[in-house]
Amino acid sequence: MSANRETKNKRFYLIGIGISLLIAGVISFYASSAPDGLEKVAIDIGFIDSAKDSAVSQSALADYAVAGVGHERLSVGIAGIIGVVVTGIIMMVIVRLIGKKKN
Amino acid sequence: MHIPDGFINIPTASATAALAVGGLGYSVRQAKEKLDEKAAPLVGLVAVFVFAGQMVNFPVAAGTSGHLLGGALAAVLVGPHAASLALTVVLAVQALLFADGGLTALGLNVFNMSIVGVWGGYGTFLLVRKIFRSTESSVLLGSAIGAFVSVPLAATFFSIQYAIGGQGTFAPSTVFAAMFGTHILIGLGEAAITFLTVAAILKTRPDLVYGMVQVKARANEKATRAEGREA
Repeated sequence: MSANRETKNKRFYLIGIGISLLIAGVISFYASSAPDGLEKVAIDIGFIDSAKDSAVSQSALADYAVAGVGHERLSVGIAGIIGVVVTGIIMMVIVRLIGKKKN
Repeated sequence: MHIPDGFINIPTASATAALAVGGLGYSVRQAKEKLDEKAAPLVGLVAVFVFAGQMVNFPVAAGTSGHLLGGALAAVLVGPHAASLALTVVLAVQALLFADGGLTALGLNVFNMSIVGVWGGYGTFLLVRKIFRSTESSVLLGSAIGAFVSVPLAATFFSIQYAIGGQGTFAPSTVFAAMFGTHILIGLGEAAITFLTVAAILKTRPDLVYGMVQVKARANEKATRAEGREA
């Protein structure tokens, strides 16, 4: 792989990560808070009450809010950024573990 | 689309989880064969983008929202094997860290989105790409249609799971009709986001798009063969 290609790749990844951080950290605040398709169907038909809280529903990041951060915009933004970082690290580790090694 | 705990009974959720594990096993075997460890940043980026995209619900109809599933998008960008692993990482992070989607329902969600959404979306993509003779625009069109199809398809599998193990006495046909209709609308949003994202990457780095690399390889092969005949 040439040095030029390496630079191009690096730039692509950085821009991609930047856009993802922007979406998860900033734009997510403006997401619609209306129930999603499944929730809406469950409400309309009447089985929404069968939903149970997840075992981690009281965790520090439950519902994309950071416990103790009252500022809503900041809270969802930090949660989003944490999600991006954790997701990215886990995924990269998995690909490194199962991907083919050259040489 | 993230099923919470309680909607579907434990036996049905467990059986579906077993199917999901089987599907993921296949993806891992495929990935071991086809995926280079150097693809780690690209697959990581795709997972991250899907996670971010899933945070942004868009309104689709009165009092209803939807968000990107990203299965078809990820499959076109990094291949269905890596995509199903990426979607699974996203769903696991959401369920464990953010209480988004139930824990006992994780297998259901992985099955519907990482297996059905990814492979169903990718299969549709391949079909459309083939019909339109594997050109660059066929890749774009296939991505959009694959994305569109993947959403009501995943919703259909929820309806099947509800029919088998739903904690309620509502008619399966009622649930199916409502799920399918709503997710057709969400599928349109899915198609739009997927189209725009694939278009942007095709414009800047077509060499990084899995669904395009094969098109390029085939074109090169054809050209080489034609040259061979001439010589």
